[in-house]
Amino acid sequence: MGDSVAETTLPEVDEHPVQQDRSEKDTLLDARGLTKRFGDILANDRVDLIINKGEIHALLGENGAGKSTLVKMFYGSLEPDDGEILWGDRRVTIGNPAAARELGIGMVFQHFSLFEALNVVENIALALPNPGNMQDLAKRIETVSRDYGLPLDPEDIVADLPVGIRQRIEIVRCLLQEPRLIIMDEPTSVLTPQEADQLFLTLQRLAKEGCAVLYISHRLEEVKRICHHATILRHGQVVRECDPTLETPASLASMMVGADVAAVSAGEQAPEIGETRLALQGLSAKAATPFATALNNISLELRAGEVVAIAGVAGNGQGELFDAISGEMPAAASMIHLDGTACGNKNINWRRKQNAAFVPEERLGHGAVPGMKLSQNIVLTRHGTGDKLVGAGFVSNVEASVLEKRIKQAFDVRMSHDDPEARSLSGGNLQKFVVGRELDRNPGILVVNQPTWGVDAGAAALIRQALIDLARSGSAVLVISQDLDEIFEIADRIAVISRGFLSEAEPATDMTRERVGLLMAGGAETQGEVA
Amino acid sequence: MFEAVLLTVITAATPLLIAAVGELVVERSGVLNLGVEGMMIMGAVIGFAVANQTGSGSLGVVAAVVAGMAMSALFAFLVLFLVANQVATGLALTILGIGLSGMIGEAFIGVPGLDLPQLYIPVLSEIPFIGPVFFQQDALVYLSFALVAAVAYCLFRTRLGLVLRAVGDNHGSAHALGYSVLKIRFMAILFGGACAGLAGAYLSLAYTPQWVENMTAGRGWIALALVVFSSWLPLRVVVGAYLFGAVSVLNLHAQALEFDIPSQLLSSLPYLATIGVLVLISANRRLTLVNTPACLGKPFVPDR
Repeated sequence: MGDSVAETTLPEVDEHPVQQDRSEKDTLLDARGLTKRFGDILANDRVDLIINKGEIHALLGENGAGKSTLVKMFYGSLEPDDGEILWGDRRVTIGNPAAARELGIGMVFQHFSLFEALNVVENIALALPNPGNMQDLAKRIETVSRDYGLPLDPEDIVADLPVGIRQRIEIVRCLLQEPRLIIMDEPTSVLTPQEADQLFLTLQRLAKEGCAVLYISHRLEEVKRICHHATILRHGQVVRECDPTLETPASLASMMVGADVAAVSAGEQAPEIGETRLALQGLSAKAATPFATALNNISLELRAGEVVAIAGVAGNGQGELFDAISGEMPAAASMIHLDGTACGNKNINWRRKQNAAFVPEERLGHGAVPGMKLSQNIVLTRHGTGDKLVGAGFVSNVEASVLEKRIKQAFDVRMSHDDPEARSLSGGNLQKFVVGRELDRNPGILVVNQPTWGVDAGAAALIRQALIDLARSGSAVLVISQDLDEIFEIADRIAVISRGFLSEAEPATDMTRERVGLLMAGGAETQGEVA
Repeated sequence: MFEAVLLTVITAATPLLIAAVGELVVERSGVLNLGVEGMMIMGAVIGFAVANQTGSGSLGVVAAVVAGMAMSALFAFLVLFLVANQVATGLALTILGIGLSGMIGEAFIGVPGLDLPQLYIPVLSEIPFIGPVFFQQDALVYLSFALVAAVAYCLFRTRLGLVLRAVGDNHGSAHALGYSVLKIRFMAILFGGACAGLAGAYLSLAYTPQWVENMTAGRGWIALALVVFSSWLPLRVVVGAYLFGAVSVLNLHAQALEFDIPSQLLSSLPYLATIGVLVLISANRRLTLVNTPACLGKPFVPDR
């Protein structure tokens, strides 16, 4: 997958950790036959897992494989229906998160569990059983965070901080509890490559000090790089255990999926580039709320036949840029051109009728109405674009359900019964549906924000291939993504967004991860200011 | 003259202050209780009735507090444990309170009430002007200031306050950290009910010592507006309450002095001021956003 791509590493990162001795005496946590049932679904089915001291232990699996359920039982947020947990050699019941913290189990959440209106000290104090005096705690935070190379200002309000720093708060919060096991749920999904390297150093230092790390990630490259041992879950059961250093990302992926994952192919021939379909000219917009990002003089040309990707860390203006391009946030007419027509002030339906299609990041609530059936959700975005979904003011349910079946089949959307409500689909399936709904139109211009966010390897490959195929058939595709592996896999040209500034789009073959990382960390800003 | 005006401002502002500071705590925990008016009027009628039957003003005050808490417990049960819609439940609570108080209070219409004893602080109350204004009030006025100070201290200086703010800001995270969101909200709602009941008692035992049907006359709604006005900061509630108290008293004095302003316009002043102030404070969106409880009005269902 990423073998052709230049690796960026700080020299100190230990590339191939030595496999630990997994003998009994080092055991820190021993889970035996853990079972958790939600209604008819067995989320965890007799899971056995052993975590040793000083070990970075990867927990792998597709969406819905039961990883989150399992770690929630370790952290006391869920109670197992059956099975037992041994901590050291003592049988324990972890009734709530406070009990977990008392044992020395800390957790860094995927969706941060921080309080935006509170400052750093207050956030950390909330997680400590005896925080003591606030001033003393602030001093301790400063010392510990500096010591681990994760500096923090205790007085900062979380709402003002970027995601990378927010994660630091979570990690420092864990460290102050002097944990013996840290659970990390997709920690690098919001970090620049450089920030991720820093995190890996911290984890390796913790492991050396004897702390164990349970590491959940979809990024198999980094699992191979830093983890000592991996447990793979599928449909709630442990299917394999392995030493990830001896595997390849592709072999890890096939263990997770249970079948070979088709590699995405960009096609043999060089892309045939046509005329400009979408042009952004000096697109600027003020921040709509104090926590939003302003767009600063963004320019980009998207041509027929190519995939252009916009990389960047979450919260750097991706959402605002998408809203401006789709027409949800109006701009000056001259700032956006579709096929040469100035349309910055036109609404989303006008743009759809110009043969453009848009897939927003938030699939439930923005991309689809949770309480509506899939066929009704199809009508919502495609009623104006010549699919005969609306005639004389009446909605044609027949036509809508024809489309629904077509999309379901083409994109392998799995559902328990025909035409369910959008909210009943799992995240990955719903993502396949909202992307498929627009791809099914064969739009001339497709803009998609986070096409494979939280989607498992198999479905992600399917979506990425469909995006490339669309471009090769002569359409222009703009992908906004935080996943660098994805970007290097599918993009012909890459631009980077940072604090609302966009760098110039450069051919992907000239880009390295290191360069993208530098642009993410603010390089795009200076470049944007010069331009 | 000025002294008299100031004294009436204090009595007009005190019930607003007590009710608003209670609701502020409720909203800081992430719950919107629109039933302040209903809890307040139940406090007023029960307080009056008990004081009248027992002859003890203090017992009346205690009974009013209990009545407000009982009303709020009903609200808490519906919105926290049955996850009913907070806005609808709050409105229903107000309607229930007004109706129920009318029924209970029927026997007490026209019955003379008993005055709450004034607290004279020796020596200080003898000082001209300052004495009567600051040191010659009934106990509830002093209590209202103590209440604000205690709430401000508790919210921003204690762990209990920190947890309360955390629950209001992000109930999912608070739950994930192991705090009991429902328990904290339940306590906050009860506190809000107690304050509303106390404010009601002030109306029927100190402000105008008698029972009149519907005597809260929209003060519960003003208290709700005051919470927003203060952008959820306790010390600003004092400013707001006295401002509103002053505006409503101005109405009476202006009529007495025969100013040529229609009395209807003057009576609507507090409400106009509410709208004006809401527009003003929304200008500083950052401050408002940081202090606004992000989970305000959102129901919470624990995931197990």
